[in-house]
Amino acid sequence: MKYIDEYRNGRHVARLAEMIRQEAARAYTFMEVCGGHTAAIHRFGIHSLLPAKVKLLSGPGCPVCVTPVRYINTLVTLASRRDITVTMFGDLMRIPGTLASPGEAKASGADIRVVLSAHEALDLARSDPQRKVIFAAIGFETTAPGTAVTLMHAEREGVENFYVLSAHKVMPPAMEMILREGARIDGFICPGHVAVITGSEAFDFIPRKYGLACAVTGFEPADIMLALLMLIRQVNNHKPHVEIEYRRAVSAEGNKIAQGYMREVFEPEDAEWRGLGIIPSGGLNIRERFRHFNAGIAFPVDLPGPADETDCICGDILRGVSTPSDCQLFSTVCTPDHPQGACMVSAEGSCHTFFKYHGHE
Amino acid sequence: MSEKITLSHGGGGRQAQILIRDHFATRFGMAGPMTDSAILSAPSGILAFTTDSYVIDPIFFPGGDIGKLAVCGTVNDLAVSGAEPKYLSAAFIIEEGFGMEQLDEIVTSMADEAEAAGVRIVTGDTKVVEKGQCDGIFINTAGVGLLSSDLVHVSSASSVKEGDVLIINGSPGDHAVTILAARRGLSFDIPLLSDCASLNRLVRRVAEKPEAVHFMRDLTRGGLAAVLNELAAMRGCGIIIDEVSVPVQEPVRGLCEILGFDPLTLASEGRMLVVAAPGEAGAIVERMRKDPLGSEAAIIGRITSGREGRVILNGTSGGKRFIDVPSGQLLPRIC
Amino acid sequence: MCLSLPAKVLTVDGDMAEVSVGGAVFRAGIQMVEGIMPGDYVLLHAGFAIGKMKEEEAIETLRLLDEIDGAWQDR
Repeated sequence: MKYIDEYRNGRHVARLAEMIRQEAARAYTFMEVCGGHTAAIHRFGIHSLLPAKVKLLSGPGCPVCVTPVRYINTLVTLASRRDITVTMFGDLMRIPGTLASPGEAKASGADIRVVLSAHEALDLARSDPQRKVIFAAIGFETTAPGTAVTLMHAEREGVENFYVLSAHKVMPPAMEMILREGARIDGFICPGHVAVITGSEAFDFIPRKYGLACAVTGFEPADIMLALLMLIRQVNNHKPHVEIEYRRAVSAEGNKIAQGYMREVFEPEDAEWRGLGIIPSGGLNIRERFRHFNAGIAFPVDLPGPADETDCICGDILRGVSTPSDCQLFSTVCTPDHPQGACMVSAEGSCHTFFKYHGHE
Repeated sequence: MSEKITLSHGGGGRQAQILIRDHFATRFGMAGPMTDSAILSAPSGILAFTTDSYVIDPIFFPGGDIGKLAVCGTVNDLAVSGAEPKYLSAAFIIEEGFGMEQLDEIVTSMADEAEAAGVRIVTGDTKVVEKGQCDGIFINTAGVGLLSSDLVHVSSASSVKEGDVLIINGSPGDHAVTILAARRGLSFDIPLLSDCASLNRLVRRVAEKPEAVHFMRDLTRGGLAAVLNELAAMRGCGIIIDEVSVPVQEPVRGLCEILGFDPLTLASEGRMLVVAAPGEAGAIVERMRKDPLGSEAAIIGRITSGREGRVILNGTSGGKRFIDVPSGQLLPRIC
Repeated sequence: MCLSLPAKVLTVDGDMAEVSVGGAVFRAGIQMVEGIMPGDYVLLHAGFAIGKMKEEEAIETLRLLDEIDGAWQDR
């Protein structure tokens, strides 16, 4: 597969590993904020290639991990109404809410369907005008433009039974929050596919304000190793800046057209991130002009507040202060089959990937 | 309008008799009067006996249908236990309104597959349920096979030891992704056929030297990952798999990459794992390759002593990781 | 987050395209990318092309990787 297999060359990866070993002059901790990176790092066994000096931490970058319990409860409540179909990405199906996971709600008769894209949800609304079809819109800047395009499409066509419940989030404010709260890291493996949309400029504040190294990174093993080498060199040279490793996909300014769609449909809002709390301008709300598509307005749901706190330390893990093995629930009470916190639920959550690839040693 | 299955087809009356006689018994080659049991001559020796139920959606898919699957699945369970499949039962639960033409097509493909595999369908049952109580058609098959005494060790993996070699007969996951693509509503297309096939002839080639074959298992739900972990747990051994030697087809890889699946966890219905003595593995692969169902046979890994009960993947790019037991159902992901 | 993969554009029809990842064919909205032609590679994410792959940059990165490899061998 072009643009993929070339970057999985074991020889390149081995050379990069050698250079990292050679140039790593002290201990380094780098945080990947993208769940896709977390998964790639484990899947390609990157840890097994790195010297102990180079530590990787998983930040908050999985939209499923940070989706608040209240959102899941709302989806499940809406889906149990006879006239409503809730469509969602497969990622959400196993997320436990206080009531039930969407998967469990489906088993009890709620009309919940897995879609691969927002336009599949719109197709469903078109094909059955009697049903109210809600699209559970999760995801970061990578996913939000697709929702925006679909919503504008629905408006143009005058589809009246299509709604969106937005839990879209934006990444840079979350990274800033982590830094403000004092994460102990030397730099970021910046999210490559978020950056395809936002451009690498979105991360310029990190070296400028916080003096940390940044590499906007692709998702193949050679990409990740090359980015780590870039980060180590930035730290060694005391010249933190935003370096684009993933040049074949990312530019400084990003995808202007996609940004335009996003701005047209959404406005920034303060948003709850599970485990991190309220992040100023950390989410995307549907603009007034599209209010009749906003499921939050069309179907107000009155739900009790979030569930009681457990011993789950998801928040600390998302912040990079703790690792999964620090959690007393990990691999005993909390497993992929019986997830407690969001980090275990999502297949790219830190705890899930840690369990899957390092297991319960 | 074409003929449909109605509740009276399961009612024990005339229509039921016609259904059984004209649509099932003749196709399955059941001669003579209908009795309550199939009367078979008893072979001496050891029997293997298995059962499985088939509830696939969609019922017809590229490369097969629920009928073919119901025969292959049970034949394969017997075959990989080291048994020569002989007799099958077939029980149908049919939703009223199901098309007679489709039923005939399913029964015909069962008969064809049974003939190809050299087994006989000797007894059966039909129930018709009301609309909505099942999804079209469900089939259960049970099977009996003769187990040769020199292959008794195969299903328990009791002779698996350090240094043994792991062989697979072809690309894993073709069945799972074909089914996924054939399902309504998912907007993608895959230029593949299900790998659904009866493996008993291939097993015969593999087992020409029975003492060299230490373990066999077909790769159904949970795929290669599930079987490897089961084997590692059963024997308390370690397993190392070389990713580069697992023959995953390009479209399966592509689909897995984009939907976030691991090809090693995908179900097949005509793929098997063989664990063999190291000195014989090459010869076994050669013999397998002479069969169309083994043309891509490949050595993919080995049994180790360390890392008891764990399966390690040597990645294409040089990294190592564990292959864990797949958890939960396959859900396409965007992140 | 954000599973996205380079996919080859097979056909273009209005604001939709058929794209292939290793032979698995998907429908993708191409509203966010301009001037897409069959043969181009786009990044596919959740049913949309979110960007176009830049061949020169891809080659440049590979050249860098080869250089690292070469430099290592020359030592």
